[in-house]
Amino acid sequence: MNQLPSISAPVVDYLENHEQKGLLRFLTCGSVDDGKSTLIGRLLHDSKRVFEDQLAALRSDSRKHGTQGKAIDFALLVDGLEAEREQGITIDVAYRFFATDHRKFIVADTPGHEQYTRNMATGASTSDLAVILVDARKGILQQTRRHSFIVSLLGIRHVVVAVNKMDLIDFDADRFAEIEAGYRAFAESFGFDTLQVIPISALQGANIVERSPQMPWYAGPTLIGHLNEIDVSSDDAGRPFRMPVQWINRPDLDFRGYCGTIVSGRIRPGDPVAVAASGQHTRIARIVTMDGDVEEAQCGDAVTLTLTDEVDASRGDVICDPKARPEIADRFSAHLIWMGDQKLVPGRTYAVKAGKQSATGVVSRIGHRIDVNSFAQDEVDSLSLNEIGFCDLALSAPIAFDPYEVNREMGSFILIDRMTNQTVAAGVIWRSLRSADNIHRQAVDVDKQSRAIVTGQKPVALWFTGLSGAGKSTIANLVERKLHARGRLTYLLDGDNVRHGLNQDLGFSDEDRVENIRRVGEVAKLFVDAGLISLVSFISPFRSDRQMARTLFEEGEFVEIHVAAPLEVAEARDPKGLYQKAREGKIRNFTGIDSPYEPPQAPELVLDTVALDAEALADQVIRYLGLD
Amino acid sequence: MSNRRSHLQRLEAESIRILREVVAEMKNPVMLYSIGKDSSVMLHLARKAFYPAPPPFPLLHVDTTWKFREMIAFRDRMAAEAGMRLLTHTNAQGVAEGVNPFDHGSSYYTQVMKTDALKQALDRFGFDAAFGGARRDEEKSRSKERVFSFRSAAHGWDPKNQRPELWSIFNTRVKPGESMRVFPLSNWTELDIWQYIRTENIPIVPLYFAKERPVVERNGALVMVDDDRLPLHPGEVSQMRRIRFRTLGCYPLTAAVESDADTLDDIVTEMLIARTSERSGRLIDHDEAASMEKKKREGYF
Ligand SMILES: Nc1nc2c(ncn2[C@@H]2O[C@H](COP(=O)(O)OP(=O)(O)OP(=O)(O)O)[C@@H](O)[C@H]2O)c(=O)[nH]1
Ligand SMILES: [Mg+2]
Repeated sequence: MNQLPSISAPVVDYLENHEQKGLLRFLTCGSVDDGKSTLIGRLLHDSKRVFEDQLAALRSDSRKHGTQGKAIDFALLVDGLEAEREQGITIDVAYRFFATDHRKFIVADTPGHEQYTRNMATGASTSDLAVILVDARKGILQQTRRHSFIVSLLGIRHVVVAVNKMDLIDFDADRFAEIEAGYRAFAESFGFDTLQVIPISALQGANIVERSPQMPWYAGPTLIGHLNEIDVSSDDAGRPFRMPVQWINRPDLDFRGYCGTIVSGRIRPGDPVAVAASGQHTRIARIVTMDGDVEEAQCGDAVTLTLTDEVDASRGDVICDPKARPEIADRFSAHLIWMGDQKLVPGRTYAVKAGKQSATGVVSRIGHRIDVNSFAQDEVDSLSLNEIGFCDLALSAPIAFDPYEVNREMGSFILIDRMTNQTVAAGVIWRSLRSADNIHRQAVDVDKQSRAIVTGQKPVALWFTGLSGAGKSTIANLVERKLHARGRLTYLLDGDNVRHGLNQDLGFSDEDRVENIRRVGEVAKLFVDAGLISLVSFISPFRSDRQMARTLFEEGEFVEIHVAAPLEVAEARDPKGLYQKAREGKIRNFTGIDSPYEPPQAPELVLDTVALDAEALADQVIRYLGLD
Repeated sequence: MSNRRSHLQRLEAESIRILREVVAEMKNPVMLYSIGKDSSVMLHLARKAFYPAPPPFPLLHVDTTWKFREMIAFRDRMAAEAGMRLLTHTNAQGVAEGVNPFDHGSSYYTQVMKTDALKQALDRFGFDAAFGGARRDEEKSRSKERVFSFRSAAHGWDPKNQRPELWSIFNTRVKPGESMRVFPLSNWTELDIWQYIRTENIPIVPLYFAKERPVVERNGALVMVDDDRLPLHPGEVSQMRRIRFRTLGCYPLTAAVESDADTLDDIVTEMLIARTSERSGRLIDHDEAASMEKKKREGYF
């Protein structure tokens, strides 16, 4: 298939031809052990991408780890990690490269194992075509459906179903027809642009490069034949211009270049453009490259643009066609593929990365979870590892985007857990939640400032956090008394008391703790708005939740006070006998025992309860407020 | 009008995007410069990415003291041409202990003079991101690695627990002490590299071109006698052969191939009919099965 040039053939011709070949990026996916890696190993081998030293290593590997007795196990060419070879499964994506006379290919071989679905999604996110394998003996399995769903969700429009291991069912045409019919029926709703079903044996190389004499009943193309011919192009360059600003190039005062990759459309010097968020208009002045300015740039090019006017655009801003702009919103609905080991907690703040834009945000509502077997929509209040849900998101700041189905680059985002820095979700935007635009906040005439003038004080929220028994309530109480004595208007929100009233419906699961803090944060915010000094005395063990509360307030209004006591000390005090109960297992999810306490990293104040008594510590707070 | 971009143009654009992303997101990046053909391409791409500014990060060369002399001369010239600061680091303790590839074996030597030295250098300068010129087509554990490859504070790679990497959105977040290894050439093949060098006229170390050079034959491999530190085994004689290198490293650990290829076109022709992979010239990879993955887990590039 891959004709090597004879040495006499002019290498220049070969290279030029090679350079003009198109590229197809595809992935192999499907259920565990269906033969994905074997197929890729086979493709690499048959396209002469395997060198002699690698083949020798493969032979000896096959004897050691192989699943095919003494014969070559082609999967070992691709399963490159030690753990994969030992366990005979694929764990993470392998990116491999090969070429035929017609095309170059980058193939992502992805794992079938459910546990590693996120790695499959990684491979799918950059592919234009999916080869979904099915073991002819087993037919369509749950993973076949899950992967098909993800493939469709991530916008792959071209699918090949390779019905593999035909050698093990005597190349039975009826069985093949049955699987084909079954798959077509179930995939109908995905509306793939092309769907080709091919009977193969990856092990024997049947219908992969060469037509198989054992399956004369099959009239369609071989796998490579199909991959060589299929047209997956889309007219990204013909769509409205978008370039997210990635970096500002400012070598000196006379040059300001906007660097980024054009994600759709094309541009020429003189063309009018707008900055999506601010709506400022300008024109393209130059398209600068090291080899001189160019006359045109298009989708996929990594460019440096200069503009004719000074505009306010920095990393994350989108330079766009002024007549066809992206949407700007801070609330939208999206499909999420959850990838975190910890489950999704609605209301918890995650970092959001959408293109070059960064924000924080919460999942404000889970519309439904998708059952990957029946595609039914389940009502749930959380998503676990590898589950797919349809959710509403609320961000801390608006972003510019297009729906994913219109523009992959402009409609995709990831969520990151701010504590562990793990990527916990992949998101594809469906549409903005316009309804929010219509609920204008009620404008009021008497505002926070005017109330603060009447009360004669700077309203703040004093947020006391610490272990149970650290002394939060005692100190907060004393502080309130001292403030009161100075004629200040105050209100104390205490964890235990609020749990008896406002939050009596909440327990101690992670979700409930988040909601507990969210509500208290909102209440404290109302009090601050009312001009009061509000004191919040809550364990509030999670950093991200306190951070969420902080974002409700204006700069300087939120005073995080760490009431610090080592666990041993707090446990020894045990004023309510709770630690003992937790140790005995009578209370679950008790902070410090079987639920973590995450101390603040940069609190406004730390009160050392071992060194000083409550009186002295309360005075510290008063001093901090400048009221001593 | 629709101008389809060529394969190399697309690879170039993808790499430039990665280079810029690091500069935009990381606090203190560095480019590992190993002087080979891949480094040459990576440096060229960096110059393009940030033009008209020079690349806004330094180059770092981990000098094992056993590099080919021609490589060192070339390195200094290229750094100056790019207008970039060149940092070099050598494991002083390794030198003091006289660690060398002959007496200590290639694997211990590599550990001390390359892996440990690299970790020392990254710690010393506090880099939170380091570009490397590795390609996924080089080796089977590399084919598994992300473009942004997370490293723990101890510089370890955990191949079983890599961050998902979707679209071209990179999760660049690290805590103090942790870092990223970033591979802008992930999707380039050996042929792409040569073809790009050819079209862009990128300078490379002359050792890639065939020439009469002094070598000894050792365990079936041709080892160049680059200086008088190479101890000759009984019966070994240095002889002049017409040789070149497909890959460059420390001279005692890099095997030469006999060749007449003294132009880029010849090199590409030779590559197209080669029956062994370029890494077969790396004498260290054969030490143990899965040796690349193991070294990478310990912090090797
Ligand atoms: N008889 C037969 N066996 C096959 C064929 N294709 C693959 N196998 C065998 O099926 C087993 C699983 O193959 P792999 O290629 O590792 O499967 P996979 O789909 O990559 O598995 P994961 O990546 O772990 O999900 C191995 O023992 C293969 O040798 C085939 O066409 N015929
Ligand atoms: Mg596999």
